[in-house]
Parts: sequence; C-alpha cells; structure tokens
Amino acid sequence: MNKQTEIERLHEQYKRSIVKEKRLVVFFQLMIVIVFFALWETASRNYWIDPLIFSSPAKIWNLLYSSIVNGSIFPHLWTTLFETVLGFIIGTVCGTVLAAFLWWFPFVSKVLDPYLVVFNAMPKVALGPILIVAIGPTITSIIVMGAIISVIITTIVVYTAFREVDENYIKVLRTFGAHRSHFFKEAVLPASFPAIISTLKVNVGLSWVGVIVGEFLVSKQGLGYLIIYGFQVFNFTLVMQSLLIIVIFAAIMYKLVEYIERKLIKNG
Amino acid sequence: MSFLEVKDVTHSYFSKREKMTALMNVNLTVRPGEFVSILGPSGCGKTTLLSIISGLIKPTAGHVLMENEKVKGTNKKTGYMLQQDYLFPWKTIGENILLGLKLTGQLNEETKEKAFNLLEQMGLKDIENKYPSELSGGMRQRAALVRTLATDPKLLLLDEPFSALDFQTKLKLENLVGKTLKTFRKTAILVTHDISEAIAMSDRIFLFSNRPGTVYKTIEIPDELRKLPPFEARNHKQSPEFFRSIWKELESLEQTNRN
Repeated sequence: MNKQTEIERLHEQYKRSIVKEKRLVVFFQLMIVIVFFALWETASRNYWIDPLIFSSPAKIWNLLYSSIVNGSIFPHLWTTLFETVLGFIIGTVCGTVLAAFLWWFPFVSKVLDPYLVVFNAMPKVALGPILIVAIGPTITSIIVMGAIISVIITTIVVYTAFREVDENYIKVLRTFGAHRSHFFKEAVLPASFPAIISTLKVNVGLSWVGVIVGEFLVSKQGLGYLIIYGFQVFNFTLVMQSLLIIVIFAAIMYKLVEYIERKLIKNG
Repeated sequence: MSFLEVKDVTHSYFSKREKMTALMNVNLTVRPGEFVSILGPSGCGKTTLLSIISGLIKPTAGHVLMENEKVKGTNKKTGYMLQQDYLFPWKTIGENILLGLKLTGQLNEETKEKAFNLLEQMGLKDIENKYPSELSGGMRQRAALVRTLATDPKLLLLDEPFSALDFQTKLKLENLVGKTLKTFRKTAILVTHDISEAIAMSDRIFLFSNRPGTVYKTIEIPDELRKLPPFEARNHKQSPEFFRSIWKELESLEQTNRN
C-alpha cells in the first residue's frame, strides 16, 4: 500500500515537472519577442539605429492601426493572399499530377530525368521577366510565378515518394488481379501522403517567395508592391509593416497545413 | 487426379551484371484439398515458385496447370499470403479485409457478411473500425488471412506467414490456419524453412535443393500425424524422428553444395 502511494506521488511529481517545463518554454518564447521589440523601440528612439531606415515598433503599429481602420491595407492583403494561396495550390497539384504521370510512364520519367534536374537547379524567379512579357503584367503572371517556383521540386519529391512505396503492397494488390490504376489509388497515393504533406510545408514558403518577387516586378497592388513602393519613397515603416503582415500570414498558412496533416494522416 | 501441376518450370532472373537461375526443372503435383509444404534453405527459389504458381511472374520455361488449365496471370482461384501481413495502414481492418472483394468486383452484402463472419471466427470481433497499427502481430496476420480467404480462393499460397511472429503466437496461428483450411477444404502450399512447422502442418513435404532450386525429395507424412492439429502433431512421438531425417537430408544438401 505504501509503495502504491509512493508511486502515485512520483507520478504527480513527474506530471508537474512536465507542466513546469512547458511554462518555462512559453515564458522564454514570449520574453524573446518582448525584449526584441523593446530593444528595437529604445534603440530607434535614442538614435542608436537610424529610425529612418529601421523605423520603430510604435510607428509600425500606428501605421498598421490606421491602415486597418481606414481599410487601405485590405486590398493589398487580399490580393497577395489570393495570389499566394492560388499559386501554392496550383504548384502543389500540378507537381503531384506530374509526379503521377512520371510514375505511370517509367520510360518517360527516364527520358525526362536530366531535364527535371536542370529545371530544378534553375532559379525560377529569373523567369519573371519572361513570364511578364509572355503572359502580360497582370495578376496571372504573379500567380504563375508563385506556382512555377514550387512545381518542379514537388514533382521530384513526390515522384521519389511514389517509387519508394513498399513493393509488397502492390504485390498484395496484384494477387487480387488489380490494375495499375488500383495500385495508384489503393497503395501508392495513400502511402505517399506523408511525403506530399511535407512538400506542402516547403511550398508554403516557396509560394510566398514567388508571389512577392512577382509583385516586385509588376503589380500595382499587394504586399510585395507595398514593400517596393515603401522602398522607393524611403518609407521603411511601410516596408516593415508589410513584412510583419507577411510573416504572420505565412505562419498561419503553415499552421493550416499542419492541421490538414493531422486530419489526413491518422495512421502513418 | 491432381489439382495443381507444376511442369518443368525453370526460372532465371536477369540483371545487368549477371543471370541467376532460381528454379531448374521443377515438377510437382498437388492433390485437391491437400496441404503441402516446400522446405528448403533460403535462396532456393521457394518464393519464386509461389509467384509463378500464383501467376505473378511468368516462368522462363515450363508451365503451371491448375485444374487442367494453364495459369496465365493472377486469377481468382489463388490466394496469396505474404511473410508479413501487409495490411494497408491507412485503411481500417474492415476496409482491408474487403479489399480483395472490391478489386475482383465481388463485393456485395452477402460476401461482405461472409468476410465479417470469418473475421469473427478468427477471434477478431468488433475490430472492423480499428487501424492495423492498433492490433498485435498475431491479430494482424489473422486479419491478413481473412483478407486472403474473403475472395474464396481454391488454392492458398502461404509464404512463410508465421515467420515474423513470436513462438507462442505462431503455434496458435498454425492451429487456427490448419483448422480453417480443413473446414473450408482449401488446397494449400506452404513455403517455410521451419522443419517442425512443415511436419506439423502438411500432408506432404517437398524438399528443395539450393540454387538453382529443384525438388530434391518428396516426403509423405503418415496418417497419424496428418490427422492431428499442428500443435499436437509437433508433440507426437513420431515427429522427432521425421525432424532428424529431414535435418540430415538438408545437411547433406549443404554438403553437396559446398563441394
């Protein structure tokens, strides 16, 4: 009996120590943010850093607040979000479809292999000017930019995942007389979900890069446009504000993908 | 009367560097309802032979007759069970056991009910909605057996299905499989390297020689052992004797190979 209560006590102690550690982690995480912004504000006010270039949290906050109140930020935000989400979806879907195509035709994949490598190595943003000339300086070319940057790497990663699916699952299906399309639907695709999800996570970041660079080049609206505009008129408060918004929404997108991951992969 | 006939089957694998002959002139017949084992050292082409019988691969030479019909490709008459369960981890047990029925277009209320009944007979009740990762190794292998039997094949190919299990589970499963196959009058071919298992479960044993594999010797198991369930057969006074003689044969096979 005594031993039982002793074990209970130790278990309680263990649980408390976990909670305590978690609190400590959160505390330090918050501290970093607070100290960072406080230092920034102080440094800016005391001219330790040039407030014209580095702005200050208070100024950024004021700008953000007023642009939310007068609604001027929203067209920019929605434009960029729309472009990024669409670019992200198109890039991922096209990449996965292309991977499926390569899986279905092994000969084609052998032929295309070197081209994939070249395409992957090429910095896609360098295609920007060509895209704009070819498609026109519209929102479409920005979306294409957001998609093209992630499509090849998605193809490569997902195709590799398709090929690494355990042959024995396919053997099981074959013993039931299954067709190649069954292999894909019943074994190859579901087995590759973890890999597809992890490319989604990478693609979130890539799509933002593609869209922001695209906006640098052509747009009249969007967060990337605000950054370039702020840079040209030397309003770095505007630049910082846009950056802050991008960081927040990119993080939200990433978290959404994580949420989808948990929903989709119940049993990995 | 033979149910299955393997005729002069030879099979070679090719790779860039070499050619490897896995099977050479294999001849054997299996009677309807019979349980035979293929026993031999690893690498003697046992799995290749099963793949050929199931129609998964086409032999380089020779052919397989099932009920006097040439086997061309996989067919509904044959069920194949692999070394590991290979239940699809992203499907529930229910979805897993109905997979074969779905793929062969036989899924209806009747076959579905039969499959679920079979699951219950295997001692797996109320687990249809669980995922394979929630089950133990023995339970998973039993579910895999249900998946194979659900399509009602006449011939069952068992590729070392008990080798990945712990000893106790293995003994229990041998009994269960033996009983199930007898009840449903299935013909079965078991590939194994476990001598006692082969003696306990089979009516006949084909001893295979090493690379290239071929039937070296056929051993008939006497009636007294055949009638017993595998676990009792293992404990029967005649088994050790069989074990020793097969052991000797395998040893001598290795000797001839080395020389």
